[in-house]
Amino acid sequence: MNRASKLSGANLITASEVVKDFSGHRALNHVSMEVPEGSIYGLLGPNGAGKTTLLRIINQITAPDQGSILFEGAPIGQEHRHMIGYLPEERGLYKKMKVGEQALYLAQLKGLSRQEAMKRLKIWFSKFEIEAWWDKKVEELSKGMAQKVQFITTVLHEPRLLIFDEPFSGFDPINVNLLKQEILQMKAQGATIIFSTHNMASVEELCDHITLINESEAVLQGEISEVRDRYRANKYQITFKGSKEQLAKDLDPRFELMSVEENGMGQRATIQIKKEGEGSGDLIRNLVEITEIKAFHEILPGMNDIFIQVVNDTLQKKGS
Amino acid sequence: MNKIGLIIRREYLTRVRKKSFIIMSVLGPLIFAAYILIPMYFATLEDREEKLMVVIDDSGLFTAQGPDGPVFTIQETETIKFQVVKGVPIETFKETFEESGYYGLLFIPANILASNSSLIYSTKQTSIEISEYLKRSMESEIEDLKLAQHEIEDIDKILAEVETSINVRNIKWTKDGKTQESNTGVIMGIGYLGGMMIFFFIFFFGSQVMRGVIEEKVSRIIEVIVSSVKPFQLMMGKIIGVGLVGLTQFLIWMVLSAVLVTGLKAAFFPELTQTPTEQVVGSDLFDQGASAQDMSIGTPEGLANQDMDMAKEIFASLKSINAGIMIASFLFFFIFGYLLYASMFAVVGSMVDNETDTQQLIFPVILPLILGIYVMISAINNPDNALAFWFSIIPFTSPVVMMVRIPFGVPWWQLALSGSLLVLTFLAMTWVAAKVYRTGILMYGKKVSYREVWKWLRYSS
Repeated sequence: MNRASKLSGANLITASEVVKDFSGHRALNHVSMEVPEGSIYGLLGPNGAGKTTLLRIINQITAPDQGSILFEGAPIGQEHRHMIGYLPEERGLYKKMKVGEQALYLAQLKGLSRQEAMKRLKIWFSKFEIEAWWDKKVEELSKGMAQKVQFITTVLHEPRLLIFDEPFSGFDPINVNLLKQEILQMKAQGATIIFSTHNMASVEELCDHITLINESEAVLQGEISEVRDRYRANKYQITFKGSKEQLAKDLDPRFELMSVEENGMGQRATIQIKKEGEGSGDLIRNLVEITEIKAFHEILPGMNDIFIQVVNDTLQKKGS
Repeated sequence: MNKIGLIIRREYLTRVRKKSFIIMSVLGPLIFAAYILIPMYFATLEDREEKLMVVIDDSGLFTAQGPDGPVFTIQETETIKFQVVKGVPIETFKETFEESGYYGLLFIPANILASNSSLIYSTKQTSIEISEYLKRSMESEIEDLKLAQHEIEDIDKILAEVETSINVRNIKWTKDGKTQESNTGVIMGIGYLGGMMIFFFIFFFGSQVMRGVIEEKVSRIIEVIVSSVKPFQLMMGKIIGVGLVGLTQFLIWMVLSAVLVTGLKAAFFPELTQTPTEQVVGSDLFDQGASAQDMSIGTPEGLANQDMDMAKEIFASLKSINAGIMIASFLFFFIFGYLLYASMFAVVGSMVDNETDTQQLIFPVILPLILGIYVMISAINNPDNALAFWFSIIPFTSPVVMMVRIPFGVPWWQLALSGSLLVLTFLAMTWVAAKVYRTGILMYGKKVSYREVWKWLRYSS
């Protein structure tokens, strides 16, 4: 991978104005998306929003009716299949086939030679401590075991782009953890990762960029810190020493005391700056005069709140 | 491309390694051999049992006076014995017949010369063999009796002289000016066998393709695979892989059947292996057959040679069929017929989530095939009529119907037309099938109709 392109923020995947219709139903409506190389990209949205359709289009499983997908600036084609690893939401294996044989087959379909696939599989199987399963049939494996095999077959050919559709649903907690570690590891090695999810905690934990799709349209996009910034509510949390009645009484009317709670560390208050244009400096200046501040920080909106807010907003817009 | 090769390899290996494949490969010829040998075995078993007939001859025409009382004039055979009783009414046998051990009671009424009828009483259905034997014997005896009334001198000699048996042999003039002897029955049999085999092959292995597609959908591996290869590659790989499994099984069956039939025949029916086939093979069949035929006219040796002639005729018939064209066209229609139908079976598989849903969808697909079987059966008797002609040209029925026509000789332009139409339809059908397939494989939990499929055809690839 080219370090310069990474620094300049080149996009590995560029989707522009993608439209996909199914009989009488528009699954994607002019969706555009830019996935910077080396980033972890989150695709959010409620069920049926069109996430899976978009991921399938990037995987060349279905074709868009309009719009285009570029891979490193070139229209995506057959030559890119080997550079992508895909773990779909509905994931499975041939039940009657042996684990090792099946992993070899899937790796060869991704363009690895038999010898190379064998070599890499040995490494992965010992890493996950599943060497003993090589000659077992898939139907003998538990769901969690099968998930490990599926993960290995997705990443074995060391793809530049990894696409996981709802990776954290259906996986057991141990495998979810493993998956997160591996995702971060692969990012460190230069891979680009796109995943769709409902799990907002994992978005905050892993993603650099997000696109929120709702009702077939991209309704929110951007770098995650920037998105959260956009949705900040000007709320601050302070820990203070003193009487809370005093605080409520002396607080400037430009600020609103929303709640106070007490715990072992002291008292905590949530304060919102009501007026536009007032900054945190004004709040601190006011607070310093009326109480003793031990801690002060801004409450940034969680992705969960943003998700719910945006989805509700678009619903209202449609409704009105 | 290499990926189709990988898919073919997997489809092939996973199937031939299955226990069911190995079992079927071994059992298939056993069933096949049993199918041929069991009727032969039963045929030899039958009539070993002695059957005793009671005869009440009111006419007295068939009763002679022997040393130990009355004797029936119709000859006893190895298995049919007679016992003549006199002056006993039929009814006396009725009550106790079951326990008496008699096979049946033959009643010859006094007026048989006028009524031309007799009766067999029995507690069970009388075998055709026995009634035919009695019928023929009585007929000839009464004919002799009537002839005797004319009081012609040397009647026996005259009869022997006029006794004639005509054997109609089919000689075919081929295009290249040769004459060939052919037996229509044998040729029909070969065509029929070929057509039936193609039918079963298409049906059996087409269903396997369908089941394979359903398996990939149900196990949810399909989406992973089509992110690595094009749906078309997966579909074609599966069709070709399963087809090769079919060819392998077919070859195993042929070889094992041949070994088994010869082996069992030698073990259980040594008399059958002593038929003069070995002597006949390799000699000039036509000339030998002709000379044997000349000899047989009007001579008693001719009767002895009948069996030999039959064997010769069969071999001559086999020789009259152009083996090269036969095998080549069998393989051609076998393979392309399968390919055409397999892609349709794949489509049906892609339309459903489980096998029970396939029932109604599969019907329109196999309908032409079943129609082909009906036309084939009618074409056996008349391979050159318009019905047989058209159905052997139309691609969906041609693989089955053409097979029965080929042994009778089909003009090369018809073969070429039928063949190229079949290939073109196969290509078109595969193209259409791939379009439906790639949409269908990602559809779950929805009952799909053919109308829906029509919409899928217009989705962009």
